[in-house]
Amino acid sequence: MDKTIGQATISVDQEGYLTDFSQWNKEIGTEIAKEQGIDMTDKHWEVIDYIQQQFKNEEPLSIRGIKKSGVLDIKEFYALFPGGPLKKATMIAGIPKPKSCI
Amino acid sequence: MKNLVILGAGTAGTMMSNHLVSKLPKNEWQITVVDQYKTHYYQPGFLFLPFDIYTTKQVKKKGAKFIPKGVNYINEKIEIIKPEENKVLLDDGTELHYDILIIATGTKIAPEEIEGMKGPEWHKSVFDFYTYEGAKALRDKFREWEGGKLVVHITEMPIKCPVAPLEFAFLADSYFKNKGMRDKVDITFVTPLGGAFTKPKATEALHHLLTDKGIKEVTDFNIERVDYENNKIIDYAETEVPYDILVTVPTNMGDALIERSGMGDDLNYVPTNKATLQTEDYENIFALGDATNLPASKAGSVAHFEAEILTENILRYIKGEPLKEEFDGHANCFIETGGGKALLIDFNYTHEPVEGTFPFPGVGPLNLLKESRTNHMGKMAFRWIYWNMLIKGIHIPFVSATMSEKGKKFEDSKA
Repeated sequence: MDKTIGQATISVDQEGYLTDFSQWNKEIGTEIAKEQGIDMTDKHWEVIDYIQQQFKNEEPLSIRGIKKSGVLDIKEFYALFPGGPLKKATMIAGIPKPKSCI
Repeated sequence: MKNLVILGAGTAGTMMSNHLVSKLPKNEWQITVVDQYKTHYYQPGFLFLPFDIYTTKQVKKKGAKFIPKGVNYINEKIEIIKPEENKVLLDDGTELHYDILIIATGTKIAPEEIEGMKGPEWHKSVFDFYTYEGAKALRDKFREWEGGKLVVHITEMPIKCPVAPLEFAFLADSYFKNKGMRDKVDITFVTPLGGAFTKPKATEALHHLLTDKGIKEVTDFNIERVDYENNKIIDYAETEVPYDILVTVPTNMGDALIERSGMGDDLNYVPTNKATLQTEDYENIFALGDATNLPASKAGSVAHFEAEILTENILRYIKGEPLKEEFDGHANCFIETGGGKALLIDFNYTHEPVEGTFPFPGVGPLNLLKESRTNHMGKMAFRWIYWNMLIKGIHIPFVSATMSEKGKKFEDSKA
């Protein structure tokens, strides 16, 4: 389905995750973050950048992976994206919700 | 003489040795199986041991009984795989050369990954039921327990048999009811997932069962540590869940051998082609069962379906033919729901479990995603099938290695 965010129209799934990463840009990420009650800082963007890199390399995302990322530890990850950090961060990053699989 | 070496004599390795012994010409190929343990455990039985449904004798047998004649069976710890030299080094210094290697070293629990889990309370008030020792310790604890808070917990995904923790919660409900003390036991199911299971339709069905049985759910719980002094588990968001008995499924990891050999991912699982079962890095090394990084369930049924396909691919590899890209992630699991009933789910990489009948479309006799007594009979019969057919590599009639879409109620749902 389509969703209007700021000036742009993006397509998202039922939960609000972008279905086409090519539609993503920083403004859209900022708006989605606001909806989640998050004000983006440089540290937030550093994490989003890491997550998008992982996605592009087809590396699975997990809490364990964050621990090994060298970008931040899990406590900081929770502090930046309170509640469900992986779910929120992937939504802001414009990539699919990670499947804990199987 | 050429050598085919199988590492691990669990469900997958034993099945492969049975399949291959009848397929490879004996005057050309020597098959060797290596495993450090002499006992073969019926792992699905660990679920029933704590509730006195199975005895210890029903879940273990001598491994040698199931390795076919003509196969060289070595009971020794494996030190390292040297894939560049086509060699496996054993603990006693023996060097095995291979032309083809099959890795079937499975997955193990790693409770030491979480602070406080494998502490002084391990197997006293903090238990696992994924090992024989853990399941037995829990049985002894339950026999004398007078009630309190029972927490059933999953540490992180992926885990072997993802439905087992749920079955554990259902069976606990039933067990304490039968003992006439259900009112004294408070059961909570704690998971890092957003719901009871990994697939949407099954999650819905299982959520209702949990509610019906008065089992509480705590979801999205990513454990940071076990505070064994104050009897609570704490997650990264500072959520706390108190317990009197904690039954946890610790982090699951591939064998340390894989790490020593530099052949695994973060969790020591071997990167493997999900359709052919050839490892990504070495063309004469194959892997199956829980040891792989496949996005399929870590379950005996999956190893069973993989074994049929891998046998064919090994034969093709020997003949120099292209491998068949056939494995579809097929899994078939009974889910015990307590009170003599069970559910059955059948799914693969792309299709989530839905309602329907199995194995005959429209007939059954088994019901998919619905509780029934017949399903429970199926699960109980499976122990016999396991020891007498499955690990001996005898094909189970009407159950194919790839998933059938017939007799199932698919909407446009995808896993």
